[in-house]
Amino acid sequence: MAEAAASSPPLLVVEGVTKHFSGVTALSDVSLEVWPGEILGLLGENGAGKSTLLKILSGVMPPSSGRIVFDGADYAPSSPQDAKRHGIVTIYQELSLIPTLAVAENIFIGRAPLGPLGLVSWRKMEDASRAIIARVGLAIDPSTPVSSLSVAEQQLVEIARALSLKSRLIIMDEPTSALTETEVQKLMSIMDRLRQDGVAIMFVTHRLEEASAICDRMTVLRDGRLAGHLDRDGQPIKIPKIIEKMVGRAASELYARPTQRDVAGAVRLSVRGLRTVRDPLAPHAIVLEGVDLDLKAGEILGVAGLVGSGRTELARAIFGADRIAAGTIALDGQPIAPASPADAIKLGIGLVPEDRKHQAIFAALGILNNFSIASLGRYSNGAGFMAERREREALAGYRKALSIRMASPEQAIEGLSGGNQQKVILARWLARDPKVLIVDEPTRGVDVGAKAEVHQILVQLAARGIAIMMISSELPEVLAVSDRIVTMRRGRITGEMPGVEATEEKLMELMALDRKQEATQ
Amino acid sequence: MTSTTEQTGRSGINVARLLMSFGPLMFLAVLIIIFTVLKPSFIDPINLFNILRQISITGLIALGMTFVILTAGIDLSVGSLLAFCGMVAAVVAKGGAANTLSLSTSGTQGYGWFAALLAAVIVGALAGGMQGFAITRLKVPPFVVTLGGLTVFRGLTLTISNGGPISGFDASMRWFGTGLIGPVPVPAIIFAVAAILCHIVLRYTRYGRAVYAVGGNAEAARLSGLRVDRILISVYVIVGFFAGLAAFVLSARLNSSEAVAGIGYELTVISAVVIGGTSLFGGIGSVGGTVVGAALIGVLQNGLQFNNVSSYTQSIVIGLILILAVAFDRWLKSRVRR
Repeated sequence: MAEAAASSPPLLVVEGVTKHFSGVTALSDVSLEVWPGEILGLLGENGAGKSTLLKILSGVMPPSSGRIVFDGADYAPSSPQDAKRHGIVTIYQELSLIPTLAVAENIFIGRAPLGPLGLVSWRKMEDASRAIIARVGLAIDPSTPVSSLSVAEQQLVEIARALSLKSRLIIMDEPTSALTETEVQKLMSIMDRLRQDGVAIMFVTHRLEEASAICDRMTVLRDGRLAGHLDRDGQPIKIPKIIEKMVGRAASELYARPTQRDVAGAVRLSVRGLRTVRDPLAPHAIVLEGVDLDLKAGEILGVAGLVGSGRTELARAIFGADRIAAGTIALDGQPIAPASPADAIKLGIGLVPEDRKHQAIFAALGILNNFSIASLGRYSNGAGFMAERREREALAGYRKALSIRMASPEQAIEGLSGGNQQKVILARWLARDPKVLIVDEPTRGVDVGAKAEVHQILVQLAARGIAIMMISSELPEVLAVSDRIVTMRRGRITGEMPGVEATEEKLMELMALDRKQEATQ
Repeated sequence: MTSTTEQTGRSGINVARLLMSFGPLMFLAVLIIIFTVLKPSFIDPINLFNILRQISITGLIALGMTFVILTAGIDLSVGSLLAFCGMVAAVVAKGGAANTLSLSTSGTQGYGWFAALLAAVIVGALAGGMQGFAITRLKVPPFVVTLGGLTVFRGLTLTISNGGPISGFDASMRWFGTGLIGPVPVPAIIFAVAAILCHIVLRYTRYGRAVYAVGGNAEAARLSGLRVDRILISVYVIVGFFAGLAAFVLSARLNSSEAVAGIGYELTVISAVVIGGTSLFGGIGSVGGTVVGAALIGVLQNGLQFNNVSSYTQSIVIGLILILAVAFDRWLKSRVRR
């Protein structure tokens, strides 16, 4: 924060804001301030009250009590539109652009500039858009449909729209969760530029590294209360300090590195010369090429790679979800060729997919049905009737073993926190006694505290002899859990090392080798 | 988001949940009370059995449609398929496709009611299976495939019947449409037994679990090892089977298979399922709801008729009630979500 900014009055003051929902207090006496030209990080575990605060600030709902002052005047938006009119724009994880419309139309939606006859003037709209998207560093034609842009570019379009609305406070809810490393860097530099232009940014994130790198100050929430404020003070805010505020205990307990073992188990899964292509009709669009991999019984193999490196595609190919163009896979020495996930599952392979919401969770169903869906055969009799008692007993067992915090087996799975949802998905596979368990981003959207629990579960499963392949883009996680680590980049394996020898720097280098070349493409 | 959903998990949910699952039922009860107040003879058992007989045809198809809609699919072809299966049943029952307007059963040299029934349900199931195949293998959306089916089956019906009805079945066949067991009409019994079976299948079998899962999230279902395509094909087989069964009962009741039978039934059937609380997006719904939905439409039609409301006005009222019932359901659910 610049000296001048410090002497000016704050842009936003939140004073003692409280929010009750039918008896439950989601937010209790929270206060914070945002100055013009600064980036305030808003951090906290899931359920800490961040979302509630965002909803209040963006006009989705009013607070139960407390006071908010924006730009010197009382601020009580009646709707999200009203909040925008005041100059507060919120950019959510799920973007609100209309994919079939052009960039310019999205920026000027509902307020297109008109020509002399009262018709939309496309020229005016595109000229104005060009100027605005240049401010966010986008070099695209404003007539491009949004659907053809990457997620990162779409996000920039949202920011451009916010700027065109003359927003003075931009709230970004987990903006980096779907971005690659390079895209994150770009977003950060744009946030920095906006800060210099005097725009205030509230940056809501789980990614502590990024928050530490860019935030001037941080406000941390815990259990709906203010856990504290942190100040940059000339150097980046230290991550352990943030974690301590978030979870209320020292960070050394988290990411505790279990003793890594040099597992001498037999090779369970063996992949040789694996190649997959994006589309059988386009054999040159190679996704995976020449992948060789061995996975031993009882080990945790970490697979580190950036988004688009082929790590998820590797998992899907082994699991029979994507077609294999060339290469072989063997399980316990026997060649296998799963043509569908159902085949792979029968062979003893399980997959906890990357995108829990779209690939794993049945939102409309209760916990019990979500748990047993991959093992309906085990919990039913010969005539096809469910053996619900056995099913419930099994769930009760996993509930205890994995300490799943839930109200009842009928509870909607959506009502659980991310960590508990993930435990239910883990239980789904454990119920099948898999030989190989592939977990893709196992702690995405999981609270800091529950992350350690998930890691602990993985270590225990490996100790029981399950071969685990863990894909993750969080290097501290890969380092904490893996016995052995391979790195991937652009569809190939680029390196392998024992977990004890690995460091973030070594892995990063292997994952992002000759990055300049990649950036220019 | 998280905080709000977490808290609904604990308190206050039970009352709302209860209301939610009984929303359509309450609606039905209110209608019955209103009609009874207007005209007390509405509640006579004779009239109530009459309503049951009326709803059993579309009700049977609605049972099958529940499976389809649970998978986020739709079947617009059921009305035409009903006519086609009815015609097949008539041809088998009569031993030929000669049109006849005479309802006399003399000169029938067919293969009997059982063969007619079997032919109707097999043809219905096969037709459904073919549509399911087109949906899963050719990747054509269900709306389009069954819209095509709607015209194809009507055309087939007109072709084999040469446009006219085939009438005059023997008494053993007509019993399935007009007979009584005690005071209860046979079609109502068929409907009740079928509804109970469907309820058991959806609620207590692994197949039922799979149907809900595929409708709730097809990709997650595939990654959980379910054979999604097979399950999708199977639900169209089921709805086709029920169209065949309904066709048999309808032909038996009318003592005639009409080439123009079942026009517009798809809308009544889908209305019954949707009023019953089954989500068009899949994964949510129940057979119980569908039965209530079908009863609601039946009561409404009968009650309006009872009060001498013209059939023109009836359509207006039923359409509005459809929208209202779903709006009410939405409203209840939004109360739960808050």
